[in-house]
Order: sequence, then structure tokens, then C-alpha cells
Amino acid sequence: MITIDAAGMHYKELNRLIREGIGKGIKKFFLENINGQYYIGDGIKGDDVVININGTPGNDIGAFMDGPTLIVNNNAQDNIGNTMNAGKIIIKGDAGDVVGYGMRGGRIYILGDAGYRVGIHMKGYNEQLPVIIIGGKVGSFFAEYMAGGIIVLLGLNDSDEFDGEYFASGMHGGTIYLRKKIDFSKYSKDVELYEADENDMIFLKKYLTEYADSFNIPYEEISGKPFYKIVPSSARPYAHLYTSA
Amino acid sequence: MFRIKNKFNAERDISGCGLCGIINAKKIKTNGSDIKKSISVEHDRGNGLGGGFAVYGNYPDYAELYAFHIMYDNLSAKADVEEYIKNNFIIEKEEPIPTFRTSKIYDHPYLHRYFIKPKSDRPDKLFHELGDDDFVVNSVMLINQNYDGAYVFSSGKNMGAFKGVGYPEDIADFYKLEEIEGYMWTAHNRFPTNTPGWWGGAHPFTLLDWSIVHNGEISSYGINKRYLEMYKYNLALKTDTEVITYILDLLIRKHKLPISLALTVLASPFYQKIDKMDGEKRELFTALRQIYGSALLNGPFAIVFGHSNGMVAMNDRIKLRPLVAAAMGDFTYVASEEAAIRAVCPSPDIVWSPKAGEPVIVEFEEKNIHQKGGLLGL
Repeated sequence: MITIDAAGMHYKELNRLIREGIGKGIKKFFLENINGQYYIGDGIKGDDVVININGTPGNDIGAFMDGPTLIVNNNAQDNIGNTMNAGKIIIKGDAGDVVGYGMRGGRIYILGDAGYRVGIHMKGYNEQLPVIIIGGKVGSFFAEYMAGGIIVLLGLNDSDEFDGEYFASGMHGGTIYLRKKIDFSKYSKDVELYEADENDMIFLKKYLTEYADSFNIPYEEISGKPFYKIVPSSARPYAHLYTSA
Repeated sequence: MFRIKNKFNAERDISGCGLCGIINAKKIKTNGSDIKKSISVEHDRGNGLGGGFAVYGNYPDYAELYAFHIMYDNLSAKADVEEYIKNNFIIEKEEPIPTFRTSKIYDHPYLHRYFIKPKSDRPDKLFHELGDDDFVVNSVMLINQNYDGAYVFSSGKNMGAFKGVGYPEDIADFYKLEEIEGYMWTAHNRFPTNTPGWWGGAHPFTLLDWSIVHNGEISSYGINKRYLEMYKYNLALKTDTEVITYILDLLIRKHKLPISLALTVLASPFYQKIDKMDGEKRELFTALRQIYGSALLNGPFAIVFGHSNGMVAMNDRIKLRPLVAAAMGDFTYVASEEAAIRAVCPSPDIVWSPKAGEPVIVEFEEKNIHQKGGLLGL
């Protein structure tokens, strides 16, 4: 275990200390007085490494990360988990824009709201299944060009407007689960809405339980309502954009 | 020699950039140390080729006079411009802008300021009757276009721009901002990518009391420029941000649009959204789009716009640049990154991300308008 006081520390130095620590076999990190340092935990490996972050981390935390767990006890900024491959990012506050850009594995759990373009270009392949769960609401362009993986939008704060505009536009893979129904007329023409069935709920239970445990909230509180799911109508929505059918 | 006049061929510059702003709605003044601390958190958003600040309320002793900040490349330019100023303005006071010699800012133009008001018997009165503001605008355009080696970078009342080539925290030290007090501050950290950094090209861009700091790229620059030239604005700087300052001057000062409406011209709702509005509102927004189509800003941007009655922060219509706001008592903070706010206000009452195209509008309370904060929308 190691505690790093990051007050006034540049991200280069901070990330050097983290990488050195992991190299020495340290499994638990506590980063104190974080404010704005970019790239925390980028590209690091180690399934049993846990990094606790106190303060507001800068952009691009957990980019290309491959195994460890990042726990952010406050809000986080933009580009969380960019092209992340494995591991877990837990945000106990709100997240900024472009969460999980091109994410290809691992989980991102957000207790509060997330910004614009959550899960843009997210992808999955065989056992690689990226999962993002958002407790609150999201901004526009949610799941834009989504190609794989799972995004769950819980809308726990019960605000009416929780899904933004241009929802799932260009989505052509993966699944979105919603804890409440949204105005279908606002949906992208690229997607279809179904009620989640028993198999869906069995599949989701593992992730929802882990989510609930991450934030110490009862599982029943988040699973209590019927879920809906959104899947793309076509794996190739633009197949005939430039050619005739 | 490239310091003042932009001799580059590039039509515009594209910037990465960071910005922030601090305003006290009750006009309680703070010195420049907070804004410097805030923007320095965004150090890595820039590359040392432009930093700048605007401050309001810093010249209370000369509050009724136009405060011209002028950069000179050489002393003959200074002599020429001063002859123009003497012929047309009453000069209440003039002095070098106080600077601190720092090793970080070793190459800079000569910086001078003038507290002036237009003469009532100035020569142009033979031809037309211009109000003082209009005459000042004309003078700024004239000097910036016709006087080689001179550039007016601030011309408002009881406000000032302080900018140059360097990281903003170094520019803050250079201009000794810790000794300056104001009730509203904006700051910019520049990352120019299409033109070299030069002193005139740093943000904020100002005209009269308007100041703009901008992160993004105005891809409608050509259309906006042609439109503004019809109203005799001279776009001497060849950087996209300049158009925002002049569009707002045109819409708000000349065409008397309320600020909130002028902003919807810059980031107009899409037609599909307008079509869903109710009767009168739909007519209004349709009319604004039709009349001011050439003033619409296209491309990614986040701006902080300062004026004598308050501050506005706004994103483009689909939020392609970051913007965070926070409020704490009478203070409102805006920045590209939440960490920049937390650096000077660790626990704000509220932190939020403004929606795309929805301005955060804060006005001073003496006008009986309270913080609206963009939470309510328009």
C-alpha cells in the first residue's frame, strides 16, 4: 500500500510513481489532493491493482487501461476509460463528456450523471464485453456509433429528461438497457426498443449487483423496475449510404 | 517583428486552448491571484504561445474614460499613433503598462496605456456625427489596420485586457496581476495550431467593454467576416475569435438585441428544434435565423464573454468543447475543466455542465438580475 500526496504534482511525475509502484508489486494506491492531473492509470496492467483517487482527476483517466481498478471519490472530467481494455473504473460523483470512447473491455460504473457522447464507438468481440452503467442522466449523442458492449442507463434521480438528444444515433452493435421507458419518437431510426425479458435480467444481475456493491446501495433499489432494452436494427445501417440498394 | 501585425497568410487559426472566468455578482473585488491559479491548472491545454486575461473594475479612478492598451513594435509607431490620439482625444493620463521583468517573458513589445475621451471638436465632426463609442470603434479599427507596428488590444471603460505570448501564469506575473483588483476576470491559455503565436493573437479579444476568450475553431469565419465587413468592421487579426467580439458588438450595441437573444444568434437552435417551439417563440427564432444567418457560428467552441454588466459562458450547439460552471455565494466560476474551479473554490455550492448552446448568464446584481446560471435554460 502506498499513499501519494499529489498536491501540485504534475501528471508525469504522478504516473511515474504509480508505474514504479506497480513494478515493485504494490497493489493498493491512495492518491490524495488530486486536482486536474491527466492520464491517471493510463495503460497500466495488473488485475489486483486498486487505485483510490481523492480529488478531481484530470481528463483521460484509465485510457488503454488493462486490468486495474480506479476508484474516483469525486467528480471526474472528460474522456474516462478511452479505449480501455480491461479493469474497472468507479466514479462516485458525475462524469464528464465522452465516457468510454472506443472502449473494448472492462467496466465503468458511474453513480451520478454523465456528459455528452457516452460510449461513442464502444465495441465488443467474443469474450471482450465492455460495460458502462450510469446512475443518473446523460447528455446528447448517447451511445453514438456504438458497435458492441453494454450500456445501462438507470436514471435513478427520476428526472424527466435523462437521455438527451440524438440518442443511439448510428448504433450498429451492442445493447442498451434502460430502467425506464423514454419517448420513442426521439429515438434514432437505427434502433429498436423491447421490454427486457428474464434472460436479460439474469444476464444483467451480475453487473447490477457489482454496481450496487460499488456504491453501497441495495440491489433492490436499482433493479426494482421493469427494464427496457435497445438493440440496433441493422449491423450495417449505412450499407447503402453511397450506393443504391 | 511579427509581434504586432499578423503578416501570416493563414485565414484563421485553430486552437486547443483552455479558458476560465470568475465573477462576483455583488462586484466584490479580488486580485488576479485566483484567476492565475485557476488557469494554471489548465497549463497543459496550451503550449506557451498565448496567454491572456481580461479584468473588469480595475480602473475605478478613470471609470468614465476609455482605457486604451496599445502594443508597439517600435517607437516611431508610438509617435504616429500618439499624434492621432492627441488630435482626436483628450488624454487624461498616459503611462507605460506596469510590467515585471520575468525570465519567462523575455521578448515583448512596448506596452503603453492611455485614459482618454474623444474630443468634442475632433476633425471627423466635419463629416459625420458619431457617438463616442462608435468613434472609439472606428479609431481602434483605423489604428489596427493603418498604423504598422501598433495594435490596440483593449479599449473599454474600467476594464482591461492583459495578454501576450507565453503561458498564462507567466503573463500574469509579467503584468503583475496580483496587484490588480477587479470584480470579474476571464483567462485564456492558447494552443495555436495553424499560425505561430504572436502578441496580438493572444486572447482575450476586446472591443469597447466586450471581451472574448475562446476555445475552438470557427469554421464559419469566412461568412462571418464578409458579413461584418458590410458593417465596416475591419478584421485585421485573421484569427477566428475576433469575429465573435465584433458580432456581439454589432448585435448588442448596434442592433440593441438583448444579450440572451444575441447568444441564440451565435448558437442558434437547429431548425428541427425551432419547428417544435410554440407560436411566438417559433416565429422569433425563425426570424433570428433568417436575419442573422451570416452571424451564426459554426464549428466547435466554448467561449467566455465579458461585458460591463456581467459574464456569459457558452458552448457550440452540439458541445464539441468542454465547459464546466460552479457557483459559491456571489461568485460564479466557469472553466474548461472542473479542476480549474476546484483549485480556487474547493467546495462550491453547485457544479454543473452547461448544455450545448445554453449560455450561463451572470449579471451584476445592481441591475436586479440574478444569476441564471443556464440551469433554467432560456
